[in-house]
Amino acid sequence: MSDQAVQARAWLEVADEAQSLTLRACGDWIVAHAAAIESELRSLDMYGREAVTLDLSGLARLDTAGAWLIHRTRRSFERAGAKVTIAGAIHTHETLLAAVARGDKQLAAEDPPDGPLLQIVIRMGRALHEAGKTTRAIVAFLGLVLETLLRTLANPRRLRVTSTAYHMEQAGLNAVPIVCMITFLIGAVMAYQGAEQLKRFGAEVFAVNLLAAGFLREIGILLTAIMVAGRSGSAFTAQIGSMKLREEIDAMRTMGLDPVEVLVLPRVIALVLMVPVLGFIASMMGLLGGGLVLWLELGMSPAMYVERLHAAAEFWDGAVAFVKAPFFGLMIALIGCFEGLKVSGSAESVGQRTTASVVEGIFTVIVVDAVFSILFLKLGI
Amino acid sequence: MAGDAIISVRGIRNQFGRQVIHDGLDLDIRRGEVLGIVGGSGTGKSVLLRTILGLNKPVAGRIEVFGHVRGEMTEAQERAVERRWGVLFQDGALFSSLTVAQNVQVALREHLDMPQYLMDEIAAVKIALAGLPPEAGPKYPSELSGGMRKRAGLARALALDPEVLFLDEPTAGLDPIGAAAFDDLIADLQATLGLTVFMVTHDLDSLYAICDRIAVLAEKRVLVTGTIDEMAAQAHPWIREYFHGPRGRVAVAARDRNAAGLNTKGES
Repeated sequence: MSDQAVQARAWLEVADEAQSLTLRACGDWIVAHAAAIESELRSLDMYGREAVTLDLSGLARLDTAGAWLIHRTRRSFERAGAKVTIAGAIHTHETLLAAVARGDKQLAAEDPPDGPLLQIVIRMGRALHEAGKTTRAIVAFLGLVLETLLRTLANPRRLRVTSTAYHMEQAGLNAVPIVCMITFLIGAVMAYQGAEQLKRFGAEVFAVNLLAAGFLREIGILLTAIMVAGRSGSAFTAQIGSMKLREEIDAMRTMGLDPVEVLVLPRVIALVLMVPVLGFIASMMGLLGGGLVLWLELGMSPAMYVERLHAAAEFWDGAVAFVKAPFFGLMIALIGCFEGLKVSGSAESVGQRTTASVVEGIFTVIVVDAVFSILFLKLGI
Repeated sequence: MAGDAIISVRGIRNQFGRQVIHDGLDLDIRRGEVLGIVGGSGTGKSVLLRTILGLNKPVAGRIEVFGHVRGEMTEAQERAVERRWGVLFQDGALFSSLTVAQNVQVALREHLDMPQYLMDEIAAVKIALAGLPPEAGPKYPSELSGGMRKRAGLARALALDPEVLFLDEPTAGLDPIGAAAFDDLIADLQATLGLTVFMVTHDLDSLYAICDRIAVLAEKRVLVTGTIDEMAAQAHPWIREYFHGPRGRVAVAARDRNAAGLNTKGES
């Protein structure tokens, strides 16, 4: 069988004599020609035949796809009330036909899709229901982690110091360059745009107040949290998720190790400690970037800038960020680990969970930030 | 028909860093036979399989498949060769985002132009041939047991009606009943479809039950090839240990029992 044989055709010779029909299968009835033969067979008139002969003597090659077509043709003629004989079949054809006949079972169908309008309603409902379930589960997981944390604090020797330090390095120290770079640039942009707008009132020097309030209170820490959610929250999900797939988590449980204590706690502690540090660095870099632009654009000297900053910023402007930061870290780590533990089945699931982890992480950070804003407003800070 | 080699491997050398896996390895696969590859762990059985399939490029040597020499084929010839073999990887290697029926249809969809209902029908036949119930069609690989995943992988390997079937440890991880059923299935398909089967295995029962010839991989090459009875007569210490060890003896006893059972049935 060379490549030429693959090119050779398959065809059907039809001898139609009123009531009796002879179909002669010729050439290579193989999967490559199945579609062509099938359309020929489809054009035949099935009804009103008494005797049908399927002559296989002209076949050069037959495979399961070809055998299936012969079997199906026989079946359709028989259902239409004809008597079908198969002629000229050699032994291998017969075994193939028998095997295919044994396989003549309709595959179970997938559920038919609902109408488009119904689908929209169903998907919205399902998403809402899922969101509610996920929120409840995350709150429950928060409880579990806090309980484990208290247990560990009561017996500090159980704390995985090496693992915690490793994650502090990965999620904290290694994130410093990218956090610096981004906040520096955002600080510069904010100072420039702020000064441009304030120039209309001749109040461009107040761009400093904008930077102080914006960066120290909100933007520095918020940007940091978003970066950490994208960088470390996703990593936590992928790490724990692939461990789950390889049954490492199950292995841990059977050996009496608590996955929450071994895997989740070090990551949570690492982020709770590192997000405030990163947030502080971010704020400083933002102020630096802003200061540089003000110096170059408005000619505000560094000494003047620092003095104005002192006047513009209060103690609480900076402190507010440090109150919020540990909670951001906690929620990002918690959601990252939670989604990781929810991975099941296939590699695709790891991808879905990682996406969910980042989206939920950022969403939660912003919700927590809003809650704190209201709280601080009520407290008058 | 038997006797002409459809795949021949000459002087293969495989090397990862400084570790030499194969050196001067020769092997022929003849049309219509079931060839079993055995060898200790780390002798490069899977590497040999991957080398023949073209997934691993040997440092030296010549591989001829269906009359074409590897490395001298055009892209179109390579595609044509790939359509003439099917591979069952160890754990099925099914695409996890597709259902079983869609997995079977991947090659049909990629290589041929046929209507969806015909692909569904052909997939149904292959799934039944592989011994899966029709309910398995719309299921995802993660919903199947290990044995069913292997059968689904086999159905996918058979999608284009290949001439040669490569099996990488087909019975590993199956229970003895499942493994025996899988052996029967392969023997059955081989007889029905006229397949040539290349099988990497550790399973002595499979070797006794379905292999026409066995190739032993040791000392970085194919040490000997021959029928199972010829293997049993070999003097090489590893081969003696393999076929005459406790497990080997059990497999022989099982085969003799089966043969005796068949004979008495025939006489009565």
